[in-house]
Amino acid sequence: MLEISNLHASVADKPILNGVSLSVPAGEVHAIMGPNGSGKSTLAYVLSGRPGYEVTDGSVIFDGKDLLALEPHERAASGLFLGFQYPVEIPGVSYLQFLRESLNSQRRARDEAELSGAEFIKLAKAQAALLGMDSEMLKRPVNVGFSGGEKKRAEMVQMGIMAPKLAVLDETDSGLDIDALKAVGAGINRIMRAPDKGVLLITHYQRLLDYVRPDRVHVLYRGEIVRSGGPELAHELEREGYAEAAA
Amino acid sequence: MTAAFPTRRQEEWRYADLDALQPVWQQFAEPVTLTVGAGEELEEVWIPVSDEVQVRRVQLALGKGAKARVFALNNAPEYGRIELEVSLEEGAEFELFGANIGAGLSTNEIVTNLKHVGIGGRSRQVVRSVLNGKATGSYLGKIEVARGAQQTDAEQSVKAMLLDRGATANCKPELEIFADDVKCAHGASVGELDPMQLFYAKSRGLDPVSAKALLLEGFVMGLWDTASDGEGICAAARKALRKVV
Repeated sequence: MLEISNLHASVADKPILNGVSLSVPAGEVHAIMGPNGSGKSTLAYVLSGRPGYEVTDGSVIFDGKDLLALEPHERAASGLFLGFQYPVEIPGVSYLQFLRESLNSQRRARDEAELSGAEFIKLAKAQAALLGMDSEMLKRPVNVGFSGGEKKRAEMVQMGIMAPKLAVLDETDSGLDIDALKAVGAGINRIMRAPDKGVLLITHYQRLLDYVRPDRVHVLYRGEIVRSGGPELAHELEREGYAEAAA
Repeated sequence: MTAAFPTRRQEEWRYADLDALQPVWQQFAEPVTLTVGAGEELEEVWIPVSDEVQVRRVQLALGKGAKARVFALNNAPEYGRIELEVSLEEGAEFELFGANIGAGLSTNEIVTNLKHVGIGGRSRQVVRSVLNGKATGSYLGKIEVARGAQQTDAEQSVKAMLLDRGATANCKPELEIFADDVKCAHGASVGELDPMQLFYAKSRGLDPVSAKALLLEGFVMGLWDTASDGEGICAAARKALRKVV
């Protein structure tokens, strides 16, 4: 589903990714772990096409397409979802309007029929309920006044509404208390655990992996994948730290 | 006798497009007068028409405890001017929610002069400008607080969004206060669309034009939230925004 080969990327002319190669087959959850500054978020932003993140070498094939040739909104329409580490506030725009227009824009791009207001509200309410989020919050401006945990839950509600093929989740677990962590973990499993879907789960800690069991764990260190292994690798990292694991 | 044609030396005409105004000046030389009696209320919604040059000059007198709210959209293709002189007697309340949405080479301006003459008057002015190309959008807001007008509470909030390098926003609050127990708050900012908000919207599937339009809607549309009949101005603003994206 996702094939990253020898990916090099720079931000403001500073090389951050130095040859990342990684393959996520359909039906699998892969975790990427690594210390601060190892390039985890840069990888997420490069995959989703954030301006200013320049790919200097390598390739990314997503679902048979050259991902890097697509604009960010085209990547979304082709089934990529980025869960933001710091979800962005948009004053004056309600969550319902934001998500309905986003989803319908994706659907237009895929030549699918747009959802009516009523159809969309039904879908949004159902997804909010599954994530334990009060659907009244969807009437509020996007992320404005939301707590850290509410923002992350809302990201998962968005993921449930968009129903992507591949989710890249950038530290979705940061800033969550135990209950929210469980809810988010269950959300990821429910929405993304399917034979035709894949997840790239970026995290510092092993905690979320107790709820979302990864098929593979990769260690990103100084812009390269230095080790890959099964779920047990996450426990080893937790015990011994990244420096040891990268050595 | 008609009033003399203005010059740029007059502060309140400093940014005006006088060449555009000249041919139609006769029509607008005399301001329209509106009076709201003691304890009465007035709500005005001003929607642009299709003329190249659109000028509205209004003198509004608010009696004791009177309330007036003005919702105004300024969106002339060439020159638009909304000029408001308001006098507030004791306990009167005035609110202006205005927007300049300007495209191309247009000049749109909102010029206000609020005279707090009685005690305990309250005024609130919220102005948003969205400008593309080489458009100019201005807000000149003068507030005069008379000697006896204690406990005046006046607020001005002005924000402008420039979509292109050639666009210009002017924001100029001016305060003349002759009382010692008053609040006069003013804030102004000029900016561009936030790149992170744009990226967030695009990452959810909005194409660049729709993403921009949505963010600009968020920036402007909150102005009309409290209008009792806001549908017309909302529709006009949406239409105007689609043209500047």
